[in-house]
Amino acid sequence: MTDLTNLGVKDIRDGVASGEFTAREIAEAFNAAVAEAASLNAFIVTTPDHALAAADAVDAKRAKGEDLGTMGGVPIGMKDLFATKGVQTTAASHILEGFNPQYESTVSQNLWDAGAGMLGKLNLDQFAMGSSNETSYFGNVNSPWRKAGSDAAMSPGGSSGGSSSAVAARIAPAATGTDTGGSIRQPAAFTGICGIKPTYGRCSRWGVVAFASSLDQAGPMARTVEDCAIMLEAMAGFDPKDATSLSMDVPAWEAGLSADLKGKRIGIPKEYRMDGTDEEILKSWEQGKEWLRDAGAEIVDVSLPHTKYALPAYYIVAPAEASSNLARYDGVRYGLRDLPDGAGLQDMYAATRAEGFGDEVKRRILIGTFVLSAGFYDAYYNQAQKVRTLVSRDFAEAFGQCDAILAPTTPTASFPLGSLNDDPLTMYLNDVFAVPASLAGLPAMSVPVTVNTDGLPLGLQIVGKPFDEQGVLNAGLAIQQRAGFDAKPEKWW
Amino acid sequence: MSTYRIQGATGEWEVVIGLEVHAQVTSKAKLFSGASTAFGAEPNTQVSLVDAAMPGMLPVPNAECIRQAVRTGMAIEAQINKYSRFDRKNYFYADLPQGYQISQLYHPIVGEGQLLIEADEKAGIAEDKVIGIERIHVEQDAGKLMHDQHPTMSYVDLNRSGVALMEIVSKPDIRSPAEAGAYVRKLRSILRYVGSCDGNMEEGSMRADVNVSVRKPGEEFGTRTETKNVNSVRFVMQVIEYEANRQVDVLENGGTVDQETRLFDPGTGTTRTMRSKEDAHDYRYFPDPDLLPLELEDAFLEECRASLPELPDAKRQRYESELGLTPYNARELTAEVETFGRFETLLAATAAKIGKPEAKVATQVANWALSVAPGVMKSLGDEADPSNATAEAQASILAMQDKGEISGGQAKEIYEIVLKSGRDPEEVAGTEGLKQVSDTGAIEAAIDEIIANNADKVEEYRGGKDKLFGFFVGQTMKAMQGKANPAVVNQILKDKLG
Repeated sequence: MTDLTNLGVKDIRDGVASGEFTAREIAEAFNAAVAEAASLNAFIVTTPDHALAAADAVDAKRAKGEDLGTMGGVPIGMKDLFATKGVQTTAASHILEGFNPQYESTVSQNLWDAGAGMLGKLNLDQFAMGSSNETSYFGNVNSPWRKAGSDAAMSPGGSSGGSSSAVAARIAPAATGTDTGGSIRQPAAFTGICGIKPTYGRCSRWGVVAFASSLDQAGPMARTVEDCAIMLEAMAGFDPKDATSLSMDVPAWEAGLSADLKGKRIGIPKEYRMDGTDEEILKSWEQGKEWLRDAGAEIVDVSLPHTKYALPAYYIVAPAEASSNLARYDGVRYGLRDLPDGAGLQDMYAATRAEGFGDEVKRRILIGTFVLSAGFYDAYYNQAQKVRTLVSRDFAEAFGQCDAILAPTTPTASFPLGSLNDDPLTMYLNDVFAVPASLAGLPAMSVPVTVNTDGLPLGLQIVGKPFDEQGVLNAGLAIQQRAGFDAKPEKWW
Repeated sequence: MSTYRIQGATGEWEVVIGLEVHAQVTSKAKLFSGASTAFGAEPNTQVSLVDAAMPGMLPVPNAECIRQAVRTGMAIEAQINKYSRFDRKNYFYADLPQGYQISQLYHPIVGEGQLLIEADEKAGIAEDKVIGIERIHVEQDAGKLMHDQHPTMSYVDLNRSGVALMEIVSKPDIRSPAEAGAYVRKLRSILRYVGSCDGNMEEGSMRADVNVSVRKPGEEFGTRTETKNVNSVRFVMQVIEYEANRQVDVLENGGTVDQETRLFDPGTGTTRTMRSKEDAHDYRYFPDPDLLPLELEDAFLEECRASLPELPDAKRQRYESELGLTPYNARELTAEVETFGRFETLLAATAAKIGKPEAKVATQVANWALSVAPGVMKSLGDEADPSNATAEAQASILAMQDKGEISGGQAKEIYEIVLKSGRDPEEVAGTEGLKQVSDTGAIEAAIDEIIANNADKVEEYRGGKDKLFGFFVGQTMKAMQGKANPAVVNQILKDKLG
């Protein structure tokens, strides 16, 4: 029998359904792999019992001949930004350490309803703020990948770094991620896996710890395009508890998968050819065009003229919303409370928040508070909103000439942990290609294509029209079939 | 034009007033959560995960609250904004779980409107006056801090957290405490007609922030102060009196009025500084990214409009023009929902009983409802059982009176018995002998006797001393023990005296 932990979502679901193995065997194999991989620090808490209970429920259903669900028997990792009932939910912060929600997020509930189980809560950048997974209160996540001939610990990307690390290391067949300005796509690219951020509103934000509400969107991270399609289908859906949720039926993305791109036009945005982009990444982009042409698509040049303003606008809008969203962590009702002797309310706020938030979170709260303050609001927040409108308009115009856009996911491959800690601006630049689609609320996916000369994975990004996850997945599938990416990190953990 | 002036050492000062009234929207659930809004529950029993601002919780607008705000806007003839948006007002306080209040700064749901306050000479309002309304926006209420539960800690009750409020902002059109009082009463009346707020100021369903400044008549507006959370009409008027006089004193002593937020102390009737302009919060308003802009459809607006009842001004005019009531009666009857409700029920019942159109009996019913019935009720005090004051019973008394079967005095007596006992008025009139005699035979007999016994007076009367007619009426009524129908008595006397 093959090593069960090499299996992905589709293989496990189909194998459990056909009786090739039981869901319990799968859950046990992954629980064991998780237990062995503590040095990756991918999980903040592990929940082997949850995985086993879900597996037993699926096995029992199979025995009775009942429907097993679209994720039946698949144990997954849950990013620790999703509230899970009775299981600690921290957003990788000290301020929420020990917080056990009395409620289950809509997305995680959808997954459990589809037959999935939970291996544990995955580490992330604190409050999803970061691009390297070094801002977690619970320590950085290690990428399973290393540069050829080096022992240096590499970044799994962020903020969904626990998710990317676990899926790349095969200690989870798939994981949830959230993407505010690239937090699914960048870590997916860094670790040689797939990840898709759907159209804003596809996945309910109810029960997901908020970072920047107008940008936050959940999505799946897995090793194949098919697995992403299956899992996204399970996660998505209208939720009356989220006023920004899309009131649309969830398409049958898995059934609609097709790598035949005849009649499709793929746009290549000239503005994404930026200084500082890795030559090997530019080369892979060229290769990507060839593959899509080979799949039947026509390649066209398009222009997204406001691209260079997207990142600065993002770093105004996202911190502005975050500064307000994080005001609720005040020590009054839940989570950390630091009440010095004789302190009043203001002292309690100050002490609690000083102690409970990490430096990057504080930096963004300060930026956000500043850009919203009287006298600066128009110059920063309002201006950034205008830029956001222009960025969206760029895409709308480009989609008059093409069906999807192909671009690099990141300007560079993964970097060693610690190498960018003193340089937040360079760190922020990691998301330069990811942020525009976030500002426009568009579906976007990263697909692994190759490894560079250091042996590190590189990804390409496909950005689609609003609601056209199918087009994105199909272009991703065409690339996946031609790239034949089968590199695996060598096990060192 | 208001003539209200503060007499200062340097001459007369005019007072300029603007009111921001916070009215709790009548709805079963809160503005953005399903939690109940019922008053008086145990602390923290009406708190949803959203109200407590648990991580990952999201607001979802309650359509009923939006509907009530729109209906209120229509009732003050305001522009309804088909596009509006919610903004976050950011500040830290223990009664504000989210760390921000969801409100509407930039795009309120209701724009400019107006409200009429009526001339009231007794109150010093010389003529009708239209007060402009700047806007109405919808926002969340905060929770409540309790400082008396623990020696060193404050407790928080989140039952009110997230309850929907309408903030109704007047223009600075008000010029006297009396006008301010009339404005608040009229607004309260409209809200209660519409059913969008119960107007209960004691329970905090309505409270006002009072903006006051003074100026020499004809000059530019002065610097204003804002006194927060004033919760009765009387207090609103007190705040204005106190603040206006205080500001005049400050200015006449060479000082300047600071733009600041003040608090009212009902115990002393004075206001004091709460926070100065320098300490003012920077609320960092921005559009709430959890909520999409609100776009109202025409069908929704039509439904809102169709659901509006007849409003106080229209009703008052109709009472005067169609029912022929005096302006005073019309105003009294339309001021409160309960009053006109009782009146209209009684009017319909009385008209039906008598078999005349409502307009023919309206004045009689209005006098009864405004003066006679409350007088009887008051004189009885605790002896009266208000549940006996049914429209049916009162209509029956009014019908007997209309037919001449009972006198006004008898009507009161019957009503007293009805209020105490719940007995049927017609039965009371019969059993207790409380009926007028209209039997011409009995009255004629009595009159014949009086004429025979007072031949001298009859002579004088016939000689031109008309005043004596009253004497004969009095004698007849006395003889009939007050139960004769005066109209019948008059007629027979006239016939017999010639």
